[in-house]
Amino acid sequence: MDALVPRQDRAKDRGGPAQPLLLAEGLRKHFPVMGGLLGRTTKVVRAVDDLSLSVAKGETLGVVGESGCGKSTVARLLIRLLKPDKGTMVLDGDPVDEPHGITVAELRRQVQMVFQDSYASLNPRLTIAETLAFAPKAHGLPASEARERVRDLLAKVGLEPDTYMERYPHELSGGQRQRVNIARALALRPRLVILDEAVSALDKSVEAQVLNMLVDLKDELGLTYLFISHDLNVVQYLSDRVLVMYLGKIVELGSVEAIYGNPQHPYTRALLSARPSMDPRKRTKEAPIQGDPPNPIDPPSGCRFRTRCPFAEDVCARLEPQLADTRAQAVACHMRVAGSGHSKAAAP
Amino acid sequence: MAIQSPSLDIAGTAPLGAALTPVSRGYWQSVRRRLGRDPVTLICGAVLLLIVTSAVFAPLLGLADPYKTSMIRRLYPLGSPNFLLGTDELGRDMFSRLIYGGRLSLFMGVTPVACALLIGGSLGIAAGFSGGWVNMMIMRIMDVFYAFPSVLLAISLSGAMGAGAENTLLALTLVFIPPICRVSESVTTQVRGFDFVDAARASGAGALTIVRVHVLGNVLGPILVYATSLISVAIILAAGLSFLGLGVKPPEPEWGLMLNTLRQAIYVNPVLAALPGVMIFITSICFNLMSDGLRAAMDVKA
Repeated sequence: MDALVPRQDRAKDRGGPAQPLLLAEGLRKHFPVMGGLLGRTTKVVRAVDDLSLSVAKGETLGVVGESGCGKSTVARLLIRLLKPDKGTMVLDGDPVDEPHGITVAELRRQVQMVFQDSYASLNPRLTIAETLAFAPKAHGLPASEARERVRDLLAKVGLEPDTYMERYPHELSGGQRQRVNIARALALRPRLVILDEAVSALDKSVEAQVLNMLVDLKDELGLTYLFISHDLNVVQYLSDRVLVMYLGKIVELGSVEAIYGNPQHPYTRALLSARPSMDPRKRTKEAPIQGDPPNPIDPPSGCRFRTRCPFAEDVCARLEPQLADTRAQAVACHMRVAGSGHSKAAAP
Repeated sequence: MAIQSPSLDIAGTAPLGAALTPVSRGYWQSVRRRLGRDPVTLICGAVLLLIVTSAVFAPLLGLADPYKTSMIRRLYPLGSPNFLLGTDELGRDMFSRLIYGGRLSLFMGVTPVACALLIGGSLGIAAGFSGGWVNMMIMRIMDVFYAFPSVLLAISLSGAMGAGAENTLLALTLVFIPPICRVSESVTTQVRGFDFVDAARASGAGALTIVRVHVLGNVLGPILVYATSLISVAIILAAGLSFLGLGVKPPEPEWGLMLNTLRQAIYVNPVLAALPGVMIFITSICFNLMSDGLRAAMDVKA
């Protein structure tokens, strides 16, 4: 077991650079809504529905979408803080939590996560050093070596070790706390770091510093990021590829240039045009989409976006669009599939 | 030591208190500091300390024999020569008996709460941290105990098992397990929801390690405060059981039992008859106020 031999070195690359680091197939998570007599499950919230994604080695995959679209659920599923109802995960060729694969514990050693709330994600009773040493010690690293690693981690995230080791979280600023959280995520020397709105709660100047630090750390440590955010500008700055989610489904997926330069899905277009512009001549005059997302307890039939889509037609209510590959970009929209029955679709 | 000078703290990171004292202060240190500023809690603590030490060291205080009866000097009033607080219905020294009575009464107050804290606290933390079925099982069993009023439950348990100090302790422990369990469960459930517990789980640490490092430190405070407030209830319940003849047997000095036996003297010397009640009152109100003070001192928003 891990406890006997402290594995200090990062897990080795196994499948070579072409093999995806993390592959998720058909992930599904429905949350039961307790109700009725004796708390029977009467309804489910379809937070994530048959979602598949792959994260290539060394890339940053951005995940965007409105609040409540299932971004955080995806993050928690990928690190197995939530158990998926359905679906498989493969980490660098090894199936996760399957007889001949790797265990969830091993997955968690290689995949780590940074949470949004920098304060709630630090134990208020522990010093920074205790927080950072927790995971290495739990994996069997002796105290003295754990302490060395803590110093190393703090230096990496730009915090002077002697100043901050014995401090408590409430003595730190939001930016400093988030640096500590990032350091903790790096404590086990993971390969993939999931950043769930990790910079969203910071003010803009601090956010920029932390983002730049994340870029530097990625180069220095050869990390792969899954970067979840609702801030389209930040995602554009950091990501190589972008995944757009709507109501628990992927609606569009492609390179950052493709998504931002040539968005195909009406929802992606609406999101991008809703982006506040610095140029007063480019200010949007009307809201590109109205209303709130539908209730995920009872999502619309067919295409889930059709209730707010200006181009919705009969076929959108009848058939669920599949994520279709058009050039470098995958889109889940009937308009982009030749012969789908949508009036704007090309002829078959 | 390279402690950063507070004036150079460009980002304005440190809160004001920390800026004045460059040395980092832990949670318990700040609790101690807040307690030091709370006179009510300090006074209650001092009174309790006095009662507890005098009870513990009663044999060394050179008091009169609390068991020595005398038919001649029965029911002496307060302030009689040699008998500062008078004598009881069998001529025994009241002062001595009140001090000695504290031994049993305090013991009966603290022991069941301590036992219930160990059992109920563990069950509650287990239930709160596990959630799901484990939580459901444990808490529904506790709810069964809750169906009985605690006084009634204590009386019926003592009645069924027979009088005596051991049975009273057992009955009171059983009575206090459900409330402590419920409080532990609710604070643990709350703490479990914090991201730092998720982060600890994501680090691959075992459940016991997470509970020990991340949960205990955050739930122990509220649970201990609640348990302190139960000590006064336990003292009153134990006294009540003795008063009903279900607890300690005569001639043991115990405040509740003394209240019972002095009942006959209430028309002759009411002040004397009320003295054990006064002791119960002072002790329990001190425990209550101290628990309030502790709660306030521990409620650090940080």
